[in-house]
This record gives sequence, structure tokens and C-alpha cells, in this order.
Amino acid sequence: MDPECSRLLPALCAALADPRQPLADDTCLEKLLDWFKTVTEAESSLLLLQENPALVELLSHVLKSQDMSSRVLSFSLRLAGTFAAQEDCFLYLQGELLLGLFGEGGPQCWAAWSVPTVRSGWIQGLRSLAQHPCALHFLADSGAVDTIFSLQGDPSLFVASAASQLLVHTLALSMQAGATGCSGLWDGVWPACAQKIMGHLEESLQSTAAPQVTQALNVLTSTFGRCHSPWTETLWGQLCPLVARLLERTPIPAAHSLVDLLLSVARSPALSSSHGRLWEAVAQALRCLSPMQAGSLALGMLKLPHCPQALRVQAFGVLLQPLACVVKATAQAPGPPGCSMWPPGWLDGAEGSSLTVDTLLSSKSACVGILCQTLAQLEELQPLPQRPAPWPQEPLLGAAVTILRLCHGSATSSSSGGGRLCATLAGCVRVQRAALDFLGTLSQETRSQELEKEVFAVLSEYLGSPDSSPTVLKKAFQTTLRWLLSSPRTPGCPDLGPQPLLFLRELFPVLQKRLCSPSWEVRDSVLEFLTQLSRHWGGQADFRRALLASEVPTLTQQLLQDPESYVRASAVAAAGQLSSRGLQAAPDSPEHPQAQQGLLGELLCILSTDSEGFPRRAVVQVFTEWLRDGHADVARDTEWFIATVLQVVSQDLDWEVRVQGLELAQVFLVQRLGQPRCPYMVALPEAASATPIPEVLQSLCRLRLFDFAFRALLDCDRPVAQKACELLLFLKDKTAMCGGLQEAGDIPGSASGQVTLQRWRAGEQGQLPGDLQPEAMLALLRSTDLEGLQARLAQSSDHMEKSPQSLLQDMLATVGVLGENEADCY
Amino acid sequence: MKLYCLSGHPTLPCNVLKFKSTTIMLDCGLDVTSTLNFLPLPLVQSPRLSNLPGWSLKDGNAFLDKELKECSGHVFVDSVPEFCLPETELIDLSTVDVILISNYHCMMALPYITEHTGFTGTVYATEPTVQIGRLLMEELVNFIERVPKAQSASLWKNKGIQRLLPSPLKDAVGVSTWRGCYTMQEVNSALSKIQLVGYSQKIELFGAVQVTPLSSGYALGSSNWIIQSHYEKVSYVSGSSLLTTHPQPMDQASLKNSDVLILTGLTQIPTANPDGMVGEFCSNLALTVRNGGNVLVPCYPSGVIYDLLECLYQYIDSAGLSSVPFYFISPVANSSLEFSQIFAEWLCHNKQSKVYLPEPPFPHAELIQTNKLKHYPSIHGDFSNDFRQPCVVFTGHPSLRFGDVVHFMELWGKSSLNTVIFTEPDFSYLEALAPYQPLAMKCIYCPIDTRLNFIQVSKLLKEAQPLHVVCPEQYTQPPPTQSHRMDLMIDCQPPAMSYRRAEVLALPFKRRYEKIEIMPELADSLVPMEIKPGISLATVSAVLHTKDNKHVLQPPPRPAQPPGKKRKRVSEDIPDCKVLKPLLSGSIPVEQFVQTLEKDNCVPG
Repeated sequence: MDPECSRLLPALCAALADPRQPLADDTCLEKLLDWFKTVTEAESSLLLLQENPALVELLSHVLKSQDMSSRVLSFSLRLAGTFAAQEDCFLYLQGELLLGLFGEGGPQCWAAWSVPTVRSGWIQGLRSLAQHPCALHFLADSGAVDTIFSLQGDPSLFVASAASQLLVHTLALSMQAGATGCSGLWDGVWPACAQKIMGHLEESLQSTAAPQVTQALNVLTSTFGRCHSPWTETLWGQLCPLVARLLERTPIPAAHSLVDLLLSVARSPALSSSHGRLWEAVAQALRCLSPMQAGSLALGMLKLPHCPQALRVQAFGVLLQPLACVVKATAQAPGPPGCSMWPPGWLDGAEGSSLTVDTLLSSKSACVGILCQTLAQLEELQPLPQRPAPWPQEPLLGAAVTILRLCHGSATSSSSGGGRLCATLAGCVRVQRAALDFLGTLSQETRSQELEKEVFAVLSEYLGSPDSSPTVLKKAFQTTLRWLLSSPRTPGCPDLGPQPLLFLRELFPVLQKRLCSPSWEVRDSVLEFLTQLSRHWGGQADFRRALLASEVPTLTQQLLQDPESYVRASAVAAAGQLSSRGLQAAPDSPEHPQAQQGLLGELLCILSTDSEGFPRRAVVQVFTEWLRDGHADVARDTEWFIATVLQVVSQDLDWEVRVQGLELAQVFLVQRLGQPRCPYMVALPEAASATPIPEVLQSLCRLRLFDFAFRALLDCDRPVAQKACELLLFLKDKTAMCGGLQEAGDIPGSASGQVTLQRWRAGEQGQLPGDLQPEAMLALLRSTDLEGLQARLAQSSDHMEKSPQSLLQDMLATVGVLGENEADCY
Repeated sequence: MKLYCLSGHPTLPCNVLKFKSTTIMLDCGLDVTSTLNFLPLPLVQSPRLSNLPGWSLKDGNAFLDKELKECSGHVFVDSVPEFCLPETELIDLSTVDVILISNYHCMMALPYITEHTGFTGTVYATEPTVQIGRLLMEELVNFIERVPKAQSASLWKNKGIQRLLPSPLKDAVGVSTWRGCYTMQEVNSALSKIQLVGYSQKIELFGAVQVTPLSSGYALGSSNWIIQSHYEKVSYVSGSSLLTTHPQPMDQASLKNSDVLILTGLTQIPTANPDGMVGEFCSNLALTVRNGGNVLVPCYPSGVIYDLLECLYQYIDSAGLSSVPFYFISPVANSSLEFSQIFAEWLCHNKQSKVYLPEPPFPHAELIQTNKLKHYPSIHGDFSNDFRQPCVVFTGHPSLRFGDVVHFMELWGKSSLNTVIFTEPDFSYLEALAPYQPLAMKCIYCPIDTRLNFIQVSKLLKEAQPLHVVCPEQYTQPPPTQSHRMDLMIDCQPPAMSYRRAEVLALPFKRRYEKIEIMPELADSLVPMEIKPGISLATVSAVLHTKDNKHVLQPPPRPAQPPGKKRKRVSEDIPDCKVLKPLLSGSIPVEQFVQTLEKDNCVPG
């Protein structure tokens, strides 16, 4: 330990033991504990205690009187555990101290035991301590195990959970210690401690009280999840019948935990040979559990690579069941084709079917809950390689479309079940969102044209309906984009298929109307959608015709003046995208000021005058994209463009705008100087077209790009400085070959620049002198330790304050200050 | 308890409740949809309308061509528009004691009832209801009277002839009872019979029942009514809203534990969410104006227009429409805009608090101040000088059959740049547009109906827990166009009782108790005997006196002094109980009485 820290420790321990000096902030105790953990990992705890007797004094003080705050008591228990994790230190502390802190007559008799923090500290202390066989004996002898059993049912969930985890750890430790000899294999005899825990678990599993069953199941779930030693197989063999018996009870107790346990056992690599009984239990659970609970089990099973086929069929049937019920209930109507084409076998043996129907129709919350869960589970399953095959794409699509129609009130059904479903789901936003997400996932599969038509029809309904809530509308746009993107195209022709094209033509009037919506969320979603659309299809003739025939481009440009900053930002992105595709609105009257100044002028105006950060960030992003793509307005006079933008950006108060500005500068540099050198790249001869470096440097000085980058290097916001550093390193690298320039120090301007940088390094802020010559800049670039700076910037901003010394000082200072305040108040 | 249903229109109800010897009319709505069968009344001579061909029977017989005109395949009556009145034959309306009005839309038939049926009772309504109701009637009378029509068609109403007419004329019900509009004089006379009431005010009707208006949240001054006696409670819910718009929120708590709840005036467009519709309205308005087109909004002079103007107030700047003029044209435009600002106590809390700032509760005051909203009594006069296009015009009547709206339909109908946006849910927009076909202007249907929808109703019924629900038959089944929507009907236990026009419902509710007062001197004379802890009995001999629906037990009259005896002095006046008349129930068979008491556990044992 640092001698300075050793010097501070006694005072701190005394302060902690003093009940009159309360701590202002308990996070410092956590930090202190973390620090002790790091110290004990590196050096001997025993030595530490011997060198710093104040620590043992603190622990002894706890034993003598518990008049200190519960937080300090909890801290002390955890600290003792941390030290006792090392066997020699354990032996050193054993006897009165450890027994007093963790034994039967210990904290349980304290008044502070009623505070959950203290109980939690006790468990965590024990958890740290239980690392060696001596600890195991201590646990067994001190009666701690019984206390842990009782704490499993603690009213504080944190304490209860920690107790369960400690039990898992103790069981594993005990079994590990019981392993014989050097082979480390278990000889089949349960050690005493393990037997005690086993007995407790067996008893709990047979209990009629659901909380006790839940506790036992949770311990077992963690055990099988964490320990993969051979003894776990025996454990499962012994407990499996008890678990199976739970499934025979009505109602099934702790169903949720039961599902977790079955999944945990199924995933355990140590139990491969005893899976037979497990599969039986799972099959039974899939039959008996409620559809909600069975759904999670089914999904877990389907994700397992080694799940037997029969079980996979059963599990997939459970997942498909709710959707099949919905489709069946609405089937009389001329629904989408393919509704009844569920793959043979998947829905056989559907005893659960009536259960599912009951759940669907019982109440709105149950119906919504199960549909949302099922849709999310199928969405999760769809992209996995182990998903069931054949994947019932068409029926699933049909089901998703039907659900969306039910939510929209447009599905017709003459059956009473269908009518009730319709009444339950009409206008339900949660199900709408889940179904739209699922529909989006299904776009990745092949489909018939007819179904595609159905999908586009239902999407049209949603996009056009005034009743679609903004969040549903956003999802509808995302799903639409996914379907458009995955729509099959005619081979050799990059254009949109006939179906999407027809859809798009009808869509533009809707977008037009939505762009005038009074809800800003709607306007924003439309603009985002439009940006994506034109990014993908902006070059295609049919799309261009449909778009230009609408008023969408004009409205987009008008929304640059929207009162809502998010909308302005999205309008900037959309207008920028449309413009780079040559899809901008034709000016209505040439004498209009906006028409004269063009989009570039308008965006520059937003960049320099908009009061909100989002639109300004969006503008710089659009400019960067324009520069990359060689937009005509930029190419006309790139230097003027760069100079103007950088000048405005350098004044911006938003650090993200400044970072974006540096990105723009970097793109410009890459265009002028070529790609950054890659150490593994085969050296290619310099491209003949690249501008000679001195000329580039001249132009960079004219554009004041150096100024901009160096100023950013001094920026008080770290990401800006980091980005500037990266940019300057790139420049340094590119100009390394450019010799023949004078050394630093000889050039006017560079000296003061260096002084500024040095002063900055010393912690002062400063400004660079303006108007530097290329030589001076180059010299400054070479003389600055950019690599070192980059390394320093990469460290987190609080690395200075993180030292243990400063922590101890802070804690002592707070204690002092509090004391003074108290005196003042008095 | 009986309910006489005089109107079949679920949102323009007119029912009569006979309850405890009182006859109470609940609302008297006027069904104006009948005017859709008539040709529009143009303010300015319309060559198109006057040159429409007369209609002739299939056999070429043209005897009706003066009365019926044909326009784009539809047949219209060329006459002064007429309205479908509530049933007047089902019950003698002169026996109606009181009329309770729930909102200004539901009182439009009042002059027909109060002036032509021998009605001598009182009408109860809140002040805003009366004032705005007056405006609506005034507007209606003005619209009709300022375009005098020479002819009044009656030939087509002949039953034999009506059969030969095409739909919908053929199917129109009770055309013989249709009447032309009332006069302003009748309106004034009818309104003079109204007594103003405030929310939660208790009004005694002949001592028999007490009626109380409650805020219903739908319109300025709109109310639901509680009609209760000591042991019975009937709630009348008509045109209520739970949405946060301008009126005071709905008082739901007071509807709890009713024996009968009569439920009318639910939303007419249950599938349209008002928020979504307002969004549609704004989007379409902005799109049209941006393209240089005009927007026409056929509307009533009060109600949703206040909310629309408030939405537009927030929207026009963001949509870049600040320079577009908004015109509100109605003979009562000025009064409507001003009335809305002075009924502060009837407004929602938000608006009420503005009055103390002091700021006008509605932002349309600012629109008027900044000249963005201008209002005129009609298209004649100042309006023609100020008129500037493109613009947005709010004007009536939403049926498109009379009022200034007819002029704008004729003026703008030919250009596809213009849009007519329907926001009032009372009329089918397709039927309203029929006499203007072919029409080039765009038509947008954004019905904004803030009244209760079925989800809200089922919640309300769950909380209020009435024993019986009575509602128009339209609410007990899904709408005919959406027969699969089982959610679009009232679902309650026991099932709601439904009524239709001209039906009399005997409500399944039996009165079991009546409150009777005991005079103090009689009460003094009682000698209760405790027969079980907490239960005391006393025999009473008294005279039941009933007057003004109040029942009082009075001491029996003293027996007449035996003749011939000298009058006793006051000091010697001791009560003489022995001479009491035998009990009315006769003498008590003591044994039987004790047995009965034992059976009912009234004897301590």
C-alpha cells in the first residue's frame, strides 16, 4: 500500500468508528471497498492488517459497540470478509473477531440487524470470505448456513437474492472441497455442508408455500447455470422427480422460476447424459403451463442446438398457437391467402389450444400480453439458424396482417370469438407496434406476390389512417422501408418492382398530407422515411417521377423553418439528401429570396443562426455528405465552402457541431491528400492526381483549417480535442515526407503557438495567434507531441481524481466539513 | 314509470318520462336531416340550380316537375326546407310539466312544442345553453327567412305519390308531419318559458321529485340530469364528453347508483378519434392553402368551431399560414365569439384561470385582434370588400341546404384547388354534397365528435353501476356498415333496454317506498317499546294527509265533545285516551301478532 495512504488510514478508521461524524456520501465507502479489494488482490491481506492495525481496531470496535451508522457497519462486515478471503488472514482474524461478526451470536443480535443494508453487508462479507476449506468449516460450525436459509425469504429483495447466491456459492465450494485427492473428481459422497443445503432444497421443493418453492428453484437455476461439474448431474437426478411433481400441482407453483430452471438445466453442458428425464419434464411443462409461461420455455428450447425434434415441434406449436387462434377466429372472412397453411405437425396435439383461446379472450390485458409476447418471441426466433424448418412464412405473414387489421378495426369476422378479438384489439397501440415489428422481420423471407400485396395494403391503411398514433406511424414507416428494400426485383434491373412502385405512387399524397400534420412527431417520422427512401431509390426514374409529381420536395424545404428543432433537423437531412439526388423543389418564383440563395445558402443560414443544436448538427452532416459525394453546389467552389463552414462551426457552442466540423475537414483533407496510410497496405505509388503537398498546405492556410484544428485541440470538450488530434496526426503523417522546410522556432508565429500549447498542457487555456504560414504550421505540427496528447485524451476525464489517496483525503475532508457545519448550525 | 320516445334520432333525443305523477320531457331535438331532401337555397341567384330539370315519373308523367328537380341522378324537393318534428301524437304534450334541456343542440324543436301543443309548463336549462341555443335558432330562422321561396311543395307528400318516388324520398318517414321553420317571434316566446339553472342546483318539482343538472363536458353549459325522489334515482345522460376541450369536465360521480340510466347522445362516428381528425383537418387545410386553394368549413356557429380555431391558432404559424385570412360568416358570428368569452364559470379549469390573469379564455380573441380571423354576418356588405383568396371560410349551415355556405359551394365547387372539409358529424357528407354534383373541389370528411365513445361508456357504466340502462336501439347493435365491430355497441349487464321512435317503454322499476313525515306532536305521543336491542315499536293512530306529493301523519282529530257536557276548564284538560277511535287496522289479534313477531325474531328470546 502507498505509504501516504497508510498514513491517512488511522485517521479515517477513527472517523468511521466515530458515530458523531456521519458520512455525507456512501458511494465513497463503496469506492473504498473497491480499493481494498484491489489492494488485497495484489498483496497479502495479513501483511496489510499487520502494517495497518487501525483496520483491525475498526473491526474490533464494531464488535464492541454498534453505535455507528448502519452503512459503516455494513461496510465493516464486507471489509472483514474481503480480508478473510485469504486463508492465512482468515486464521489471523478467526476466533473472537470473525465469530463475533459472522457467527450465531453476532450481528443477528444487533439492533441494526433490522436495517437491510446490514443484513446485505453480512451476506456479502460471508460471500467474500467463503473461498477456502477453513471458511467452509466456519460456515458449518458458526450456524451461518441456517441464517442464510432464513434470509432467503427476507423482505428486502436484494438481501433475499444475495442469500440465494451465497447458498449457490457455498454448495459449489462445498462440493469442490469434497472432491477427492489430486484428481479433483467427486467421489459420490456429499460433504456435510452440501447435504444440509440439499436437504433444505428438497424440503423447500415439497413445500406447499409458493415462495419457498420459488427460492429453491432460484438456487437451483443459478447452480446449474454456474457450475458444470459432474456432481450437478447427480444433483439433477436427485431433484428431477421433485420438480416433475411440481408440474402435477394445480396451479403450478412458481411457474416462472420453474421455466428458468428447466432452461438452465437444458443449457448445462454437464447434464448431456441425463437429458432424457429433462425432456420429459419440459414436454410436460409445455403442456401444463399457461400460454404466457410456456411461450418463454418454448422459445428457450427452440434456441437450443441439441433439442430433440419432437420437443421442437411441440415448442414451436406453443409459439404458433396464439397466432393460429387469431387466424382461426377471423378465418370466415376472406382473409389473406395462406392463412390455413400452417405446416403439418406444428399444431398437432394442441391440447393447449383451448387454453390459449381462453387466455386470448379472457381479458384485454391477457390478450394484449400474450400477443405482444408471441410476436416478439417469433421475431427473435426468425433470424436464428436453428429456427424450425420449414419456416411457416406465409401463415405467419397472414397472421401478422390479420392482427394489424383487427387492431385497425378493418378485419371482419362473423364468429363470436373473432368479434370479441376485434373489440379487444381495436386501437391497441402496443399490439400494433409489436405486429409491425414482426411484419418488418418477415420482410427478410421470400413471399408470394399476393401476400406482398396484402402487406402493402395493410401498411397503406396504417400510413393513411388519421387514427394511427405517432409511435405506430413511425413503426409503420420503418416496416414499410424494410419491405420496400427487400422487395424482389427483376433480375438485371435495379428498379423497384411493380407492386412497390404502385404502392409508392399512392404513398406520396399521404406523405404530403402527413408533412402538414400538426403533430411534430409525425412530420419528423415522414422526413426520416423520406431521407431513407431517396437514399435508396433517388437515382431511379420511376421513383423520381412519382416524387417530383408530388409536393413532397416543396413541403420538405418549407419544413426547414419548422418551429420544432427535431423536425428542422430531419428536414435538413431530407432536403440535403433530395438535393444531392437532384430532387429538390423547383423554386416557385425566382425573385423569392430563398430561391436565389438556394439550399446551400439556407442551410448555411441555419448553421449560423439556429438556436438549437440538432438542426446545426444535421447541417454539418449534410455538408460532409455533399463534400464526399461531390455535390454540385460544393464542387463549384469547394475552398469557399470549406472556409465558410469551418468559420461558422468554430464559433458554435455545441461540441457535437464542432466534432462534425472536424469530420468535414478530415474528408476534405483525405480528398486532397489521399487516404490515410495503412501499415499493412502494400505501398502504392502516389496517385498522379493528388495535389502536391506544398500547394495543399498553402490552401489549408488560406482556409484557416490549421487554425480551426489547433483551436479544436485546445477545446475544453474532450471529444473535440480527440477528433482534432486525430486530424492533425493524419496531417502530420501526410506531411512527414514534405522536407525542406525550416525547423520550428525559426518561423514567426510558431514560437508563440508552441508557447500556447505548452501553457495549455500545464492546464491553462489560451488562444492561438492567427494568420500562420504553412511553414510555421508544419513546424508546430512536428514539434507537438500529438501522440502523447492522444494517449492522454484517451484516458477518462476523471483519472486524476481516481487515486486512492485523493479518495481518502476527500473522505477525511468531508468528515471535517460536516463537523464544522454542525458546529455552525448549533 | 314510463318512457315515451318521441324521436328516433339518438343524438337529437326527445323523450317523456312519467315518474311519480310528474311528466318530464327530456330534451326536444329537431331532426334537420330531413332538409337533405330539399334543394339548396342560394343567396345569390344560381342559374345552375334554377335550370335543373323537373323530375317525371317513369311513364313520362311530369305532374311533379314543379315540385321535384333532378340533379346528377338524385331527386330533390324544390321548396322551403322542412324539418322532422318529434312525435306529437304519442302523448298529449299539454300534460308535460317540465322540459329539461341538456345542451343547445337538443332544444331546436322547442318552439314547436311550447307554442303549438298547449304546453303550459316550465323549461329548465343553463344560461349558456339558452344563449347559444338562441343563436342557433336565430341563425336557422335567418338562413331560411332571408331567401323567401315562393312555393311550398306538398303534392309529393301524398302517400300514394310518395310511393312512386325514388329513394331516399320514398323511404322518408312521416313526411306529412314535416314542418317549415318557426319564426323569430315563436323563438322568443319559447325562450321566455325557460328558467335558468346552474350546475348542481336542486329544483323541486311539485314536491314529488327533485331535478339537478350536472356538467356533461360536451358543450358550453351542457348538462346531464338527475331526477330523484327520496328512494328512486333516474339519471339522464345526453351528449357527454370526457375529452379535455373547452367546457367544464363531466361530473361522473353524481351518476352513481342510479336505478335507471337513460343514455343518449353518444358519438356519431365511433371509429374516428377526434385527435386524429383534428390532425387531418389541419393537414388538409394547410395543403390546400399552400397550393393556392380555398378551404370551406361548413359548421355551426358554436361548439367545435371554438376548438378548431384554437388548434389553428397554434398551428398556423408553424405551418407558415399566418398570412392566410380566416373568415367566420354567420348572422350570429359576432355574438357567438363574444359569448364564448364571457361564460367563464362554464369553462374548463384551464380557461377559467385565464380570466383572472386577465386574458380572454379562448385564443380566437387574439386571432381577431391580429386580423387573422374576421367575422361577418353574411357575404353581403363588408365581407365582399375584404374578401381575399386563398382563404379559409367557416360558415353554416352544415347541411349545405341553406346559409352562406351554399354560395361558397357554388363559387368554389368548380375548381379542384379548393377543398370543403366536413367537421360536423350530423350529416352524411355524401348526401349533403348530392345537389352540387358534379363537383370538382376536393372533399375531406373529418367528423369531430367529442361525445362519449363505446369504450368510455362501458367504463362509465362500470363505475356508475345503474340497475337498468335505457338507450336508443341504434346503440344495442354494431353500426350497419360495420356489423363485425362488436365493440361499437353498449355491452352491459343486464342488457340495455332499447327504444325507438314512437315507442312507449314501461321501465322495469317498481317503486317500493315513500317517505312519510310524522308531525312533532304525534311523534311526542308515541311510546316506543324496545323489543330487542336497537329495535323499538310503537303503535300509531293517525291521519295520513297527502298534499303536493308530501305525505304527513297528523294526530287524529279529537273526538267531538259529548253533547250536553259542560265545557271543561283548561286546567282540567287531561288527555282522554280511552275514547280514541279503533285502529284503522281493526283490533289486534294478540296471539297471532305475537306469533308473527316470534317468527320474525322480534321477540327477545
